[in-house]
Amino acid sequence: MYRYDEFDREFVAARVDQFRDQVARRLDGELSEDEFKPLRLMNGVYLQLHAYMLRVAIPYGTLSGRQMRMLGHIARTYDRGYGHFTTRQNIQFNWPRLTDIPAILTELASVEMHAIQTSGNCIRNVTTDHFAGVARDEIADPRVYAEILRQWSSLHPEFTFLPRKFKIAITGAAHDRAAIQVHDIGLQLKRNDKGETGFAVYVGGGQGRTPMIAKLVRDFLPEQDLIAYTEAILRVYNLYGRRDNKYKARIKILVHETGIDELRKDIEAEFERIRDGVLHLPKADIEAIDSYFAPPQWRDLPDHSEKLEAARKADRAFDRWVANNVDEHRAPGHAIVTVSLKPVGGPPGDATARQLEVLADLGERYSHDELRISHEQNVILPHVAKDDLPALYEALKAEDLATGNAGLIGDIIACPGLDYCALANARSIPVAQRLSEHFEATGQEQEIGDLKIKISGCINACGHHHVGHIGILGVDRKGEEFYQITLGGSADEHTAIGEIVGPGFSADEVVGAVGKIVDTYLGLRQSREETFLDAWRRVGQQPFKEALYG
Amino acid sequence: MKIITANRLSDGVVVYLTANGWVSHIASASVLHAADAIEAGLAAAARAIANREVIDVAAIDVTLNESNHPVPVRLRERIRAYGPTVDYGEAARQRLAA
Ligand code: SF4
Repeated sequence: MYRYDEFDREFVAARVDQFRDQVARRLDGELSEDEFKPLRLMNGVYLQLHAYMLRVAIPYGTLSGRQMRMLGHIARTYDRGYGHFTTRQNIQFNWPRLTDIPAILTELASVEMHAIQTSGNCIRNVTTDHFAGVARDEIADPRVYAEILRQWSSLHPEFTFLPRKFKIAITGAAHDRAAIQVHDIGLQLKRNDKGETGFAVYVGGGQGRTPMIAKLVRDFLPEQDLIAYTEAILRVYNLYGRRDNKYKARIKILVHETGIDELRKDIEAEFERIRDGVLHLPKADIEAIDSYFAPPQWRDLPDHSEKLEAARKADRAFDRWVANNVDEHRAPGHAIVTVSLKPVGGPPGDATARQLEVLADLGERYSHDELRISHEQNVILPHVAKDDLPALYEALKAEDLATGNAGLIGDIIACPGLDYCALANARSIPVAQRLSEHFEATGQEQEIGDLKIKISGCINACGHHHVGHIGILGVDRKGEEFYQITLGGSADEHTAIGEIVGPGFSADEVVGAVGKIVDTYLGLRQSREETFLDAWRRVGQQPFKEALYG
Repeated sequence: MKIITANRLSDGVVVYLTANGWVSHIASASVLHAADAIEAGLAAAARAIANREVIDVAAIDVTLNESNHPVPVRLRERIRAYGPTVDYGEAARQRLAA
């Protein structure tokens, strides 16, 4: 796993000292709120409805047991005993005191963690596929390139005050698990005819008020040119991006207004100018970073596990959990485990201090001291021996962490919404809770299969509603919470923005409306193999509209 | 009918203006009827900002409940006043485990 070098350590320590000083100056009046706000935002500190909120970076979603344990410690010591994992593979603490934040950052720095690049108009921390390094279909480990981009972007003076925030995502395989086409830059690792590693580069995707799917700007970018090309894109954006209007400042608007062909010319011209300069990445540098992500020493195991099969036969709940929450691993006899943070009726993405600490222990014991956070707000144990799955399941069950619903309708993404967020129009969490209870009560969850519901409490779309198979957007209609439903969105290699199905629903009506949509799907699908999304693509909105509005 | 609310600078806690400074319980907030009373409240809040007591000041609409205590009109402000409408942390976990 990536370890800090001396430079990283000094840089983070210096930032903590600087912020401690800034907080002190704010409290004794030397800095006004107007002066302090951009500084606190550069260190992940927001003001929400009830308190400050601290967003801590989990670069490319990877962390060790020691780091996870520290998150539990912070939740217990400085917060209200829990944390919330976000769709950007970060964790948020909802109740820290401003006066405690320098101490929290010092504790985080002791385990090589920080809150840098989690807010502000900078290049945000780069997200990747949560199965990086272990997926069977992977071309190369995307975290290597995420780390290269982190090193390049963290201190880049030119890109610290961009027109708006800037998000980059990388997927290691043709199957996109990182939603790259709804990012400012999306990178898909691939090989060319000569077997060289590189990227398909997408630019100008995003969600929010004006959702857009990224455009392919280059079909193959050699890996050595990653930084030069990214810098070329950022330069063109920095030059032409709309600083005059917050709502038009993202690169997606530039791509949309200028056109990808025109923009490609500018990007390629800038790239040609700088590609052979200092930004060219020597092979040795890539290999050096790559060695940090070298896989652990997996045990030499047969792929088939008798122990696992026997346990599956003996326990139906375990069998269901394996079917939904366990994925194929690169190494024979191993598996990737998704620990669902979506218990029926629970707040999506939350984990208590104790659960964080137990997950740290289980990561150390069963997953070569490695854990991941997915953008779907779950925790991944990436290296579990199949023989260990029954024991791991029992340990998770004892902590209420064994919900067997990964990828199913109960595995809902939801942003904090109006229960916490100062920008929200409506609540998200109670809607998610009631939906998961509804589908538990109807017993339909397994029957429905692969169906992703995503909920945002406002148009900023942190809950990714635009790309939910069923998307739910909270709006404020004359002081009442209303929910607009979109259908047909998707965030994989066939990314699509969901279409509004019709007029919105009140808080009382929305669960019933989703129930009708699901029943309609079950009634019209051609077989169990035809997923909700496939069926929707075949039949379109009409049958769903009829079911909802008659 | 309005009350003045803000977040405390040091810890972000939601607070309300009374005749004797800021309190965290909405029930004790001073209810302001006349325009000049609201203006005076906002002026007091501006001084509190300058004194580094609070940030993010707003005058919000309220009604009175049967105990004559102010209750915010907007859901957002009710959630600020009474906390998230969902349980969290160990309380949520224990409810789910039960
Ligand atoms: S989508 Fe809106 S309500 Fe939800 S977290 Fe983002 S800004 Fe807040």
